Amino acid sequence: MTYITGTGLTAFGKHDGRSSLDLMSMAAQLALDDAGLTRRDIDGILCGYSTVSPHIMLATVFAEHFGITPSYAHAVQVGGATGLAMVMLAHHLVEAGVVRHMLVVAGENRLTGQSRDASIQALAQVGHPVYELPLGPTIPAYYGLVASRYMHEHGVTEQDLAEFAVLMRTHALDHPGAQFHDPITVADVMASKPVARPLKLLDCCPVSDGGAATIVSREPTGAAAVRVRGCAQAHTHQHITAAPALSNLGAEIAITKAKAAAGVEIVDVDYAAVYDSFTITLCMLLEDLGLAGRGEAAARVRAGHFGRAGAVPLNTHGGLLSYGHCGVGGAMAHLNEAHLQMTGRAGHRQVREASLSLLHGDGGVLSSHVSMFWERVR
Amino acid sequence: MSEAADWTRGEAVIRYQRCESCSHLQYFRRSFCSACGSAAVTDHQASGMGTVYATSSVCRAATPETRAHVPYNIVLVDMREGFRMMAHGDHDLAIGDGVEVRFVAFAGGTVPYFGKTE
Repeated sequence: MTYITGTGLTAFGKHDGRSSLDLMSMAAQLALDDAGLTRRDIDGILCGYSTVSPHIMLATVFAEHFGITPSYAHAVQVGGATGLAMVMLAHHLVEAGVVRHMLVVAGENRLTGQSRDASIQALAQVGHPVYELPLGPTIPAYYGLVASRYMHEHGVTEQDLAEFAVLMRTHALDHPGAQFHDPITVADVMASKPVARPLKLLDCCPVSDGGAATIVSREPTGAAAVRVRGCAQAHTHQHITAAPALSNLGAEIAITKAKAAAGVEIVDVDYAAVYDSFTITLCMLLEDLGLAGRGEAAARVRAGHFGRAGAVPLNTHGGLLSYGHCGVGGAMAHLNEAHLQMTGRAGHRQVREASLSLLHGDGGVLSSHVSMFWERVR
Repeated sequence: MSEAADWTRGEAVIRYQRCESCSHLQYFRRSFCSACGSAAVTDHQASGMGTVYATSSVCRAATPETRAHVPYNIVLVDMREGFRMMAHGDHDLAIGDGVEVRFVAFAGGTVPYFGKTE
């Protein structure tokens, strides 16, 4: 059994003058303080990557900088699924007795450390270098292709997709650390400039600076205890050209295995933390995971189902779409918020009940998936 | 295995591979079959005919070379032979449209471009 003993999250947006290591350090210190642990307690480090400061040994660079001499350390790269993949690995390593307190950390000055063009180009490299990149695709185009097909097969409209952007913005308004604090409407999303049709600017997450950290431990360190109940992965392809049919994507495979590993059903879930790089990503994943019927997720958003007072509050910090996206740390913000909600410390964002959370990450172009359940045990 | 050039190597043709052991088709060139591992893969020229699977028109490009072409329509096409490929296409293409390929200049290279079948 393993426990989520601490999480840390910086504000997202512009952190002028701060490096990726600075942002990782800020998040790591917050997580240590949250868990009531010191640097000496940490014997394992897993870290994400930084597109601004690539390094072949980022985990030990960070360990030296932060002041930890761990007995286990390396970086992990699974695109947007990296955060949850690291927590999954931490869970297994802690459970196996290899590590007692694993610090999982990521941070990047992606907004101020490089140009927007550089960020877009760096991310587009998930495409095939020979058969896709000469065509000038971007990450929004890969997801635009997926969106066009999903909308065609399931009758989803651009207005439907806009609902997810509005929901995430509504949630972000209540988080002081979020990158965006101006309310938006469906009409605003529809009127925003096209990026890769059918996706428009407000269908896309921003580029941000920020950092996030999570500590996975063998025993709880505080009064509240949240344990990892079960998790699973699925990897069906890397490139969108080689992706299976929409009905055979990895999210459904991962969630099926995770439910079996955890011994829970989707109806038991009362909080959801789901990857939302684009509105279509969130729409598809909610339906793939079974949190909404096929083609019905937007209707559930309109009905308040995923709102703070709804049956399954979703990304109550604002998600990647409105809290922001600094790379690996971006998707780890979801973990921080789930932990706060489950331990009753989300302040004015606190939901009624968060005893069983479903967390899901997606990397590449719906290529890599990690599904995980967290359970509050006291 | 023949190593004839295709559009990725500057020739105005589309090629794919067929496994002689298990009949699996693959578009991304390899020296083996990704389904069964056999080294008996043969190279074939595609007809250039297919059906539109998905489309996305790029309005925000990331390089000076590609920005000169904005907006350009990225398409996934299910080729008649049974493999899927990414290409460019006309802006009015809809999912399910029958299409045929020609080749156009793009960002310093030559890329496959699909228009509706006549």
